[in-house]
Amino acid sequence: MEQPNKSYIYSLSEGDKTFEKKLIDIIQKEFPQEKKTYYDSITVGDYKKTAEIVHKLKHKISILGLEKSYEDAIAFENNLLDGNNKLQHKFESILTTITNYLYQL
Amino acid sequence: MNCIIIDDEATARAIIGRLCSNVNYLNVKEEFPNAIQAIKYLNQNNIDLIFLDIHMPDFTGFDFIETLKNPPKIILTTSDANFAIQAFEYDCIVDYLVKPITPDRFQKAIKKAEAKSSIVVSSSSSEKIETTSGNDLYVNIDRRLIKIDIPSIYLIEAKGDYIHIKTEDKNYTVHSTLKKIENKLPESIFLKVHRSFIINFNKIIDIEDNSVLIKRDVIPVSRSNRPELMKRLNLL
Repeated sequence: MEQPNKSYIYSLSEGDKTFEKKLIDIIQKEFPQEKKTYYDSITVGDYKKTAEIVHKLKHKISILGLEKSYEDAIAFENNLLDGNNKLQHKFESILTTITNYLYQL
Repeated sequence: MNCIIIDDEATARAIIGRLCSNVNYLNVKEEFPNAIQAIKYLNQNNIDLIFLDIHMPDFTGFDFIETLKNPPKIILTTSDANFAIQAFEYDCIVDYLVKPITPDRFQKAIKKAEAKSSIVVSSSSSEKIETTSGNDLYVNIDRRLIKIDIPSIYLIEAKGDYIHIKTEDKNYTVHSTLKKIENKLPESIFLKVHRSFIINFNKIIDIEDNSVLIKRDVIPVSRSNRPELMKRLNLL
């Protein structure tokens, strides 16, 4: 499975370590909140709300350079909007990968 | 260009803020996590450009645009490319950025916003204040003639090549000069109290030495304009 990276963050920072830290701090704070919202809504079967939070999480997936996972997230969001949860497990494994990556930063 | 960022995602606001900081003429005045807060801010502040997320809960970017009477230039930011066609139904939208926004793509969008400013300025030549008709003043903003009720104007401030017209309901920024608008306004109501300010005489709340209070604005009165101001007062 592809692994997260900081290529995009580096393209923004151009070597500015303060900005890199600031952005990573924001992601580390915001991602767990969004992940919790995701699990809360998928658990109760609220697919509309789940699609909304997947939409938001997609941005972080792309920021962390997970190109293939980003495509999977788009497909999962569309499935949710169509009323089914196909690709749920795949999406949740992406969340786990990001969680582990952010933890070791 | 004064701009604001509206996005419910803190990460996105930080990224757009960073991209703006690389453009020396972009001045990020505020960031908002939702559009409602931004509407309140825009009622009291003049902004040239908005970076606007479309996909926000409860009140979307498009809902927000619909509430604006005279929207400034808007660059949409979104994770969803599917809204592009709808976006360009609005004249105020100058570009559509799909996240994650790259520095190169951001630069292109800013150039488009700049180009749009140039077109607006040149399309109506220097005559931005078009005409008066009775109690109305028409101003040219983004190639639209907007009617302003003259008695509702309480303050006009010159700022560089622009003037800010403040009324009871709304503020307007027009590419014009104080002298030009002064000639269009009735002398009986309006008075130039400083080289950068014209006030509506009827809206004065109080006068103190070298300043007047109009609504919540304290306006300086220059030494040369003070005698005329004092002459007009109905002093006891």
